[in-house]
Amino acid sequence: MIALSHYLVLGAILFCLSVAGIFINRKNVIVLLMCVELMLLAVNMNFIAFSHFHGDIAGQVFVFFILTVAAAESAIGLAIMVVLFRNRGTINVEDLDSMRG
Amino acid sequence: MIEQIVFYAFAAILIVAATMVITVRNPVHAVLFLVLAFFASAGIWMLLEAEFLAIALVLVYVGAVMVLFLFVVMMLDINIAVLREGFARYVPLALVVAILMVGAIGVTVGPANFGADKVAIPAPHAADYSNSQALGAAIYTDYLFPFEIAAVVLLVAIIAAIALTLRTSRQHKQPKTEMQLRARRADRVRLVKVSGTVEQQD
Repeated sequence: MIALSHYLVLGAILFCLSVAGIFINRKNVIVLLMCVELMLLAVNMNFIAFSHFHGDIAGQVFVFFILTVAAAESAIGLAIMVVLFRNRGTINVEDLDSMRG
Repeated sequence: MIEQIVFYAFAAILIVAATMVITVRNPVHAVLFLVLAFFASAGIWMLLEAEFLAIALVLVYVGAVMVLFLFVVMMLDINIAVLREGFARYVPLALVVAILMVGAIGVTVGPANFGADKVAIPAPHAADYSNSQALGAAIYTDYLFPFEIAAVVLLVAIIAAIALTLRTSRQHKQPKTEMQLRARRADRVRLVKVSGTVEQQD
C-alpha cells in the first residue's frame, strides 16, 4: 500500500527540483515563474495528501485557495513581463537594473 | 497492487516532466512539459480521492494559466542563447542544493515519521461519496468569507493585468478641454423673443 510518506517524499522531490530550476535558470524570468508554479504544485500535493490521510476536507479547501492565488499571481506576473519586454526589449534578469538593485 | 503501479507511473512522469521543465532549451517545450507535470499530478490527486481539485487543476491550470504562459512565451521574441548563459556554471551548485534539500526533507517526512505504521492508511470512501459535495459544503459554510476574499483577489488580478497591459490608442476622438472651458454662455445660447398668441376664453 502507499503510505503518506510516499506522497510527502514526492512533494519534496518536486519542490527541490524547482529550487534547482531557480538556481540554474536565473536569467530567464519565464522559467522562474514556471518554477514557482511547480513549487506551489508540490505544496498542494502535501496539502492533499495530509487531507486524505487525516480525513479532513479543510486541506482541500486550502488547495482551492492556493490555486486561486497562484492563478492571480501568474496573470499579474505575465502582464508585468509583457510590459517589461515592451519597454526594455529584454526579459534577462541581468539587464533589469534600472532600480539599481 | 494496481494502486502502486498507478502511483509510481504518475510519480515517474511527474519527476521526469519537472526535470525537463528546468533543463530544456526552448521555453515553449518547458511550458508543454509543465502541462504534462500538471496532468501527472492530477492523476495522483485522483488517487488521493481529491477528484474535484484534480479536474480543477486540469481545467483551470492547463486550460487557462498554461495557455496564458504559452501565449506570452510565443509572443515575446526572446534570445534564448543569452538567457542560457551561465547555465552550466550553476548546475553543480543547483545539484548540491537540491540533493541536500531532498535528503533533509526526506529524512523528516520519510517512512520513519510518516510511514504506513505511523499514519494509518484510511479506508477508501464509499462509491456514492461525492468529493465535490463535501468540498462545496466546507467552502460555503465554514470558509465562506475566505471564499469571497478569493473572488476579490481574482477581480484585483483581472483589473491589474488589464491596467498593466492596456495601451490607450491615439485613434479615439475626445473633446478639447481648454476649448470647452473657454466657452461662454453668450457664444452658445441666443435668447429669442417669440410672440405667442393666447386664446381668450370667454
